[in-house]
Amino acid sequence: MFEIDAKDKYYRDLNEEVRAAVDSGEKDIRLKNVNGQYYLATGLRGKVNITIEGVPGNDLSAFMDGPTVNIKSNAQDNIANTMNAGKIVIHGSAGDVLGYGMRGGKMHIRGDVGYRVGIHMKGVKRQSPTIIAGGTAGDFFGEYMAGGVLILLGLDSPEESPIVGDYLGTGMHGGTIYIRGPVQQKYCGAEVGVMETDADDKKVLEKHLKEYCADLGLDLKEVMSRPFKKLIPVSSRPYGNLYAY
Amino acid sequence: MFKSQAPPIFRATIDTDKCIRCKRCIQNCGWSTYSWGGDRVQIDTSKCVNCLRCYHYCPTEAIEILKEETRFKDNGYWSYNHIRNIKRQAETGGIPLTGMGCDREGTILFDHLMLDACQVTNPSIDPLREPMELKTFLGKKPSKLEFTKDKNGKRKLVTKMPPNLELAAPVIFSPMSYGSISLNAQKVLARAAKECGILMNTGEGGLHEDLKPYTSNIIVQVASGRFGVNPEYLNAGVAVEIKIGQGAKPGIGGHLPGEKIPLEVAKARMIPVGTDALSPAPQHDIYSIEDLRQLIYAIKEATNYKPVSVKIATVHNVAAIASGIVRAGADIVYLDGFRGGTGAAPGIIRDHLGIPIEHALAAVDDRLRQEGIRNEASIIAAGGIRSAADAAKAIALGADAVAIGTAALMTMGCTLCGKCYTGNCSWGITTQRPELTARLDPEVYAVRLSNLIRAWVHELMEVLGALGVNAVESLRGSRERLRGVGLDAQTLDMLGIKPAGR
Repeated sequence: MFEIDAKDKYYRDLNEEVRAAVDSGEKDIRLKNVNGQYYLATGLRGKVNITIEGVPGNDLSAFMDGPTVNIKSNAQDNIANTMNAGKIVIHGSAGDVLGYGMRGGKMHIRGDVGYRVGIHMKGVKRQSPTIIAGGTAGDFFGEYMAGGVLILLGLDSPEESPIVGDYLGTGMHGGTIYIRGPVQQKYCGAEVGVMETDADDKKVLEKHLKEYCADLGLDLKEVMSRPFKKLIPVSSRPYGNLYAY
Repeated sequence: MFKSQAPPIFRATIDTDKCIRCKRCIQNCGWSTYSWGGDRVQIDTSKCVNCLRCYHYCPTEAIEILKEETRFKDNGYWSYNHIRNIKRQAETGGIPLTGMGCDREGTILFDHLMLDACQVTNPSIDPLREPMELKTFLGKKPSKLEFTKDKNGKRKLVTKMPPNLELAAPVIFSPMSYGSISLNAQKVLARAAKECGILMNTGEGGLHEDLKPYTSNIIVQVASGRFGVNPEYLNAGVAVEIKIGQGAKPGIGGHLPGEKIPLEVAKARMIPVGTDALSPAPQHDIYSIEDLRQLIYAIKEATNYKPVSVKIATVHNVAAIASGIVRAGADIVYLDGFRGGTGAAPGIIRDHLGIPIEHALAAVDDRLRQEGIRNEASIIAAGGIRSAADAAKAIALGADAVAIGTAALMTMGCTLCGKCYTGNCSWGITTQRPELTARLDPEVYAVRLSNLIRAWVHELMEVLGALGVNAVESLRGSRERLRGVGLDAQTLDMLGIKPAGR
C-alpha cells in the first residue's frame, strides 16, 4: 500500500504524484486527506487500485482506462466522464452528470445521484458500461443513452415511492435501464418503452448486482426482493420523420 | 403516391444520338436518376441533384444537366426556395434539411475588403526569388521572454515555452468526422495534411485505425456525443479540440442520419447500426465558462498538457464568449462563421443564425487585445474561406490561421450540390455506401488537395510580397493593410478598417 497525503495539495501536483506512483509500478495507492481536488485518476491507465479518503472533486476518473477507484465518502459532479474501462465504487452519494459518454467499466454508487446521470452512455457487444446507484436519481436519467446498462435501486425509499426524476431516458436509442420501483410512462422520454422484467433480465440483474452488493456490503437477496421495471428504446430512429427533404 | 407539388429543380438530359449506351451514368449516379430501359437510358429527373458526376463520366458528352424551365412564376419577394419549401412542408410536416454552407446571396464582407500594396515609397518583395515565411505557430505565446547570460556572455532563454503546433502554412483542414464523410475522404485530408505540413481534424467520430500513420498532422475532436473518445484517442493527435458549436448550425447539435451509420461507423461511435447519431446541442457538462475550464483541464490532465482548441460558432456575443474561452485556458479559439459548411443542418438554422466570420474575427481580436490576453490563444478563422484572398484578409483581420472544409472537399469532386445528409454522394465523399466511397482514391485526390494548398501558399506569398512584408506574421492583425469598399461607416468601424481612399 503506497500512501499519498493530499492535504493542501494542488490537484496538478497531486495527480502528478499519483501518475508517478502508477508509472513506478505501485498497484495499491491510498490517497489520504483528499479535499475536493479535481481530476483524480483522470486519464489514468493500467491496473491499479486507488483508495480515496475524503471527498474528491469534480471530474474524477475522466477518460480513465483501467484502474479501480474506491471512494469511502461522497463524491461530486462529472465522475467517469467518457470513462473507457475500470471501476469506481462510491460508498456515499454523488452529484450530477455522472458517466457522461461512458464507454466501458463500472460505477457502483451506494447512495443517491443527481441530474443527468448516465447520459450518452455507449456500448458495443464486448465493451459495455454499467452504472448502478443505490438511492434515487434526478431528472434526465439515461438521456441520449446509446448502450450499456443503468440500474437504479432506491434502497432507502419505501416501496411504491418514486425514485427517479422526470424525462427518464429522453432521446434513448440503445442500452437498457432497470429501475427498482414504479415508473410512470408520463415521466419518460417519448423514445422509451417501459416493460416488465423477465427471467433473462433477472439473470442480467443478478450478475451486475452480485458484484455491486459484494463491493458495498449489501444483501443480494434483499436487493432483488422488489420488482424491477425495464426501459428500452422503442425506436432506433426517433427523429427519422423530422425532415422534409 | 401523389405527385409532389415541389417540382424538380434540375432537368437531366441525354442526347440519344451521342449516347453509346455504355451505362456509366447509371453506375455513377448515387441518386438512381438513371435506369436501363432495355434500349436506352431512362431518366427520373426528380432525383437529380446536379452533382455532375454523370456528366464528368459520360465518354461522349451526351449528358447535359439543365435548370428545370418549368418553375413557379417569378416573384421578387417570394423566392423559388420559399415557395418550394412551403410545398414540401405542407406535404411532410418536416424541417427542410440542407447540406454545405449558407448559399443565400447578401453582403459578403470579404468581397468588400481590399488589401494594400507597395508603390514607389516602399519596396515590394519578389517572393519567387526572396525568402518568404508562412510558418505559423498555434498556441499560447508567453507575454514576455526572459533570458540569462552564461559566463561567456551568451544569452539563454529561460522562459518555458507553452506547447505550440507548427504549421508550414496558415491553413488547416476543418473538422469533418468519419461518418459525415467517408474514410477515404478523411484519408485524403490526412495525406494532404502530412504532405503540406499542416493539420487535419478528425471531427467527432473517432480516429480510424487507417489514420494512425498521420497522427502528427491530426487534431482530435471531443464533442457532446463523445463519439470515439478514449485516452488513446486523446493522446493520439497533436492537440485536442472541444467542439461547442459549428458555424452552419449554431446552437444545435450534430445529427448524423441513420443512413450514414453502417457497421464500421457504428463501431467507431459505439452506437447501434442505423440509428441516428445524436450530438446534442449542449454538452451537458458545460453550462458555464467555469465548466468549460473544467473540461479543458480534464483533457490537459489526460494528455500531459497538449494544446486544447475550443471551436464555437460565431454568434452575436462572440467577443465576450471568446474572452471567456481564453480565460478558461484554451490554447486556440476556433471561430466558425455562419457561412461554414455542414453535412446536415436544418435550412432555417443554417441560413438565419449566427454572424459572418469577418465581423466575429475583428470583434474577437479587438476584445482579446483590449483585455491584454491576445497572446494567450491563437485564433483560427473558418466558415466560408473560399480562396487565398479570403485567407489573407482573415489573417489581416486578426486570424492566426484559417481552416477550410468545403474548399478541401471540392478538390475531391464536390460540386456543392448540398445533399450530404442523404448519404448518396456520388463522388464518394459524404457517403458510407461502399460502392460510392470506393471511387474516391485517397492517393489520387490527396495530390489534388495538396496542389490546392500549394497554390494557396504561392498566392499568399505573392500577396505578402506585394504588401512588402516577408512573413505572414507581419500581416497578422494588421488591419491598416485593409480598406473597405462600399461599406457603411458603422461596418467599417466594427471591422476596424478605413474606407478605401482614406
